[in-house]
Amino acid sequence: MQYFQKEIETMSKEDKKALQSKRLVEIVKYAYENQAPYRAKMDAMGVKPEDIKSIDDISKLPFTVKQDLRDAYPFGMMARPKKDLVRLHASSATTGKLTVAGYTQKDIDIWGECAARSLVMAGASKESVVHVAYGYGLFTGGLGMHYGGEQLGAVVVPASAGNTQKQIQLLCDFEADIICCTPSYIIYLAEEIERMGLEIGKDIKLKGGVFGAEAWSEGMRADIEKRLGIRACDIYGLSEIAGPGVACDCEFKTGMHFQDDHFYPEIVDVDTLEPLGYDQSGELVITTLTKEGMPLIRYRTRDIASLNNDPCPCGRTSVKLNKITGRSDDMLIIRGVNVFPSQIESVLLKNKNIQPHYHINVDRVNNLDTMEIVVELSPDISLDEVAHVEEIRKKLASDMASALSVSAKITLVSPGTVARSEGKAKRITDRRKF
Amino acid sequence: MIKQIAVFLENREGRVSECCKVLKDANVNLRSMSIADTKEFGILRLITSDNDVAMKALKGAGFLASIVELVALEVPDKSGALAEMLIELYEGGINIEYMYSFAGENGHAQIGFKTNTPETAVAILEKAGAKVL
Ligand SMILES: [Zn+2]
Repeated sequence: MQYFQKEIETMSKEDKKALQSKRLVEIVKYAYENQAPYRAKMDAMGVKPEDIKSIDDISKLPFTVKQDLRDAYPFGMMARPKKDLVRLHASSATTGKLTVAGYTQKDIDIWGECAARSLVMAGASKESVVHVAYGYGLFTGGLGMHYGGEQLGAVVVPASAGNTQKQIQLLCDFEADIICCTPSYIIYLAEEIERMGLEIGKDIKLKGGVFGAEAWSEGMRADIEKRLGIRACDIYGLSEIAGPGVACDCEFKTGMHFQDDHFYPEIVDVDTLEPLGYDQSGELVITTLTKEGMPLIRYRTRDIASLNNDPCPCGRTSVKLNKITGRSDDMLIIRGVNVFPSQIESVLLKNKNIQPHYHINVDRVNNLDTMEIVVELSPDISLDEVAHVEEIRKKLASDMASALSVSAKITLVSPGTVARSEGKAKRITDRRKF
Repeated sequence: MIKQIAVFLENREGRVSECCKVLKDANVNLRSMSIADTKEFGILRLITSDNDVAMKALKGAGFLASIVELVALEVPDKSGALAEMLIELYEGGINIEYMYSFAGENGHAQIGFKTNTPETAVAILEKAGAKVL
């Protein structure tokens, strides 16, 4: 199976633009009429729905930020009354109020289509057994991929998160060929599968997977693909817009195909908010072109990435989202320097003596920020001299300093000591008091 | 040549005794133990009665352990003989990274050391009449 919806996925750029323009005009009018916060924002800027004539006019529209959603909590941003909504999803908030998104049946169907397109990119077909190890609940991961699998016509195993031994048993017994979970969890699963001595290809028949909901690097992808013998696709989504399926990469990995018939992406400069061109890195901004329950216009995702418009050998014509390089939320400012965990990860992945499991401790000592990176030694190395350990540490410290432009203390620990997370990896402890 | 087990220990309280407990539970006897440490971490070096069982137990308990070969000799009874051996090694250009002693199965004291030129070291010792293990 090459595509889930060939006509849309391989649509010419001109036809796509015409479709996006038509949909933007409709959604802006709809938002203005049905969502008080947008009416207020547009009136304040002096923009009328009639001013929007094509997708090129999108930059005339106001931005939406997470705080707008918090302010409207729970139903202030909904464009439809409760009788038209069929589902609510909410984002996990570590601080402050939750943000909630309401979906109509049509919204759920479209999201499912996008998730199904993504599964096909990972190699799934109607015959597939799709094992969903994302958590089910308010978090969009589990249900998103679940409905995607059903739309595709595959067999869905709603395993949800946790209970690793049972997950592995289900993978073996039901012969799943496709798995969906977070990248840190698939690595954990691979470790457990190896530890149990199960044979890849015989006991575990996985062929592909979609992994998302946290940032991961190309090195982690290579590691996952090698250990499990699968195609590992990066999938993107966010609970405010739709869960996984907003974008996903195909076998050629030229960037994640953005489902830009439904979700229109822009990249803007983080400070000036000016739109940036292809291949320029900035904040990803998304406009929902077809959502009914809670349309969002120019929603600032706080994800740092770039877009590319290069042709892809798979034949899909969408614009593509390059790997998310960071999240403005995860960004640490250490002695005035911006540090993303993904930068740390890429240094760790290049070093054969250690494993890419790490924890960052940030503190402030005598008014100076300090950063400690706790990292696991590889179980395969032989260490019998203190000097060997010091060499490994010094090499890592100097590689880290040149990659981050700020120094970090490296602490090496035994394999398996850094806590593995079954969901979103919690890799930072910031003890600074401001 | 004999085999020792080197274990990496992050300087966590009780890590050495945890390691010993793992070996005791696996019924492995320790013939010798030496530790090299810094403020941050240590390397524990062990000579055990059964390296395979010990390695399996340590790895299973999450320790980073590896087997490393040492050149070993029985310490001669004659006084001053050990010093002579060491001088021979030094004059033969052998660089000793570290060394420690332990009790042989026959009750004689033995010495093991790590060098990156073990074959040359063994040849020098044998030429000097040492009992190389
Ligand atoms: Zn493609």
